[in-house]
Amino acid sequence: MALLADTTVLLGKELRTEFRSRELLTTTVVFILVVVVLFSFTFDPSASESRRFGPGLLWLSFLFAASLMLQPCFLREQNNDTLSALRLSVRDPFSIFLAKLSANTLFLLLTEVLMLPIFAVLYNVHILAVFPQLVLVLFLGSLGVAIPGTAFSAISAQARMRELMLPLLLLPLLTPVLIASTEATGALLDVNPALRVDWLGFLAGFDVVFLTALWLFGEYLLEE
Amino acid sequence: MKAAAFTPTGIRFANIEKRYGNLYALRRVSLEIRAGECVAFAGRNGSGKTTLLRIAARLVRASAGKVDFVASDRQETDSAAPAGFVAHATMVYDELTAEENLLLFAKLQGIAEPGSRAAALLEEVGLSERRKSLVRTFSRGMRQRVAIARALLNEPSVLLLDEPATGLDPDGITWLANTLERMRDAGRTILMSLHGESEISALASRAVRLDAGSVVADTRTGSDMHGILSFAGA
Amino acid sequence: MGVIQKIFYVHVSCAFSAFVAFGTCFYANLRYVFTREPQSDWLGVSAAEVGLAFITVVLVTGPIWAHPVWGIWWTWDARLTLTFVLGLLYLSYLLLRSMVEEPDKRALFSALFGIFAFLDVPLVYFSIRWWRTQHPQPVILGGPGSGLEPRMRVSYLLMWGALTGLLILLLSARYRLEALRASVDELRREADVR
Repeated sequence: MALLADTTVLLGKELRTEFRSRELLTTTVVFILVVVVLFSFTFDPSASESRRFGPGLLWLSFLFAASLMLQPCFLREQNNDTLSALRLSVRDPFSIFLAKLSANTLFLLLTEVLMLPIFAVLYNVHILAVFPQLVLVLFLGSLGVAIPGTAFSAISAQARMRELMLPLLLLPLLTPVLIASTEATGALLDVNPALRVDWLGFLAGFDVVFLTALWLFGEYLLEE
Repeated sequence: MKAAAFTPTGIRFANIEKRYGNLYALRRVSLEIRAGECVAFAGRNGSGKTTLLRIAARLVRASAGKVDFVASDRQETDSAAPAGFVAHATMVYDELTAEENLLLFAKLQGIAEPGSRAAALLEEVGLSERRKSLVRTFSRGMRQRVAIARALLNEPSVLLLDEPATGLDPDGITWLANTLERMRDAGRTILMSLHGESEISALASRAVRLDAGSVVADTRTGSDMHGILSFAGA
Repeated sequence: MGVIQKIFYVHVSCAFSAFVAFGTCFYANLRYVFTREPQSDWLGVSAAEVGLAFITVVLVTGPIWAHPVWGIWWTWDARLTLTFVLGLLYLSYLLLRSMVEEPDKRALFSALFGIFAFLDVPLVYFSIRWWRTQHPQPVILGGPGSGLEPRMRVSYLLMWGALTGLLILLLSARYRLEALRASVDELRREADVR
């Protein structure tokens, strides 16, 4: 299948360029770290308080970090007009989005998994027992952030005030992701951890809706 | 360069219009370009040269009118653009090596044996020795070589070049002129936008001047061409 | 509830008009993407602006009613939150329009964003509803609209009709303004040519 083949090739390119510089990953990790530490001053991070506020602040910091991290996604392609080269080369323009959003999901997931232990130590919550389940929540949530995020980064790259524009477009739209991910994470960090399948299903539904929309309308986002 | 890898192809622009909001980039441009012609487009900045080339490359959607590629063995072809496009920007990734860039685009274009194709093109543009270097470390002239190699990946019968000589030193210009001459002599149709006369404009067999989005002069006669091309620099 | 209850006629009818306006915006956005007629773009921006105006009325009248009745100005109840998020989404839509210079691109990008935003509405609604049902609700003394008296129903219908009429009026006026703007641009262009 041309779509899958092109996506694989493009994903390889995204990963290679990122791991060569590691610009995005390092800055995002540091950004989340800063936010997580700053949040600790806003309440008393004892175990019980952290269970109440922790999941929300964790996901808010992920969302803010993502809205900054996704910024260069299409901007990078403008520097040398490489987006035009891609458009002339690929057989299905959806592969450009598919590769970018896979790479973005992976980058987000990597930084989040890296941040989890630090968060757990700073906020006195136990994550070891529920780590695989947490990663599942992180994956579905990050995918939900990355799909509209990648789409809107193609828009914001061509707007004025683009650094502000992407968070402005993205964050209100991500309300359902924030709620679902926070609730699912909260249930896992509870004294009696529970895997909230309903919220996971909701996240998966969100992912499917926007992936379909991107598949239908993505190519128009690339028009010149 | 193998000669029979492509079919000589002409281009027919029929009443092309492009509006950006209330600004006309092109107004009813109609041109018939024969297979194997080498056309130089001249005109001020903003006269519509770039837009016309980008429309031919199928990167920009025309507001009205259409572009047809006319293969010499058939009446009409209007499939995926058989054109190689060299833009003002390099259209290759600075963070990848020359070889990685060519491999990437060769694979995306579904070219059989991308590895050997990339190697052959690197050889042809004289970058074999630097193929493992990041494009970021290249001079403007070397970048332009990678850009041209990328445009040639799928053996295009039509080459579209947007101000290919910009930023090149005299050696680079000579190299580019020689390369384009080989392309032309192999039977490729070449459309290029130029600024002023140079070794490159000397290759042209036809000159077209655009002004404010309209064709104001179009000639195949040597002396008239000189007038059109030298005027463009002003 | 006394006189304060009467604000509900305005409140509910405005909410209805706002939702109709956003629905119209979604229709116009879809239509623009597929036809690329500037008319659809005009309708889209008109509907978004008018919808935002109605949403503002909803968000202002809500707390005015809630304060004497519930004793609080604002509660993060499902419908309120949805309305708020909806307002934010279309505020972003209008902001995006002001940040893209080139008219064709502005129309296309805002149409695509509008489509994404509208698809988000049911997701926002369900997420907030499921989320809120697990938390204690603020004290609500009997939901509104539970058994309307016949006289109230007449005045409610009257208000609803009036505000729907206002919606149509505002929408067509705003649309005409946008159309005029476009023809001014057209004339200016022709003047430039000569």
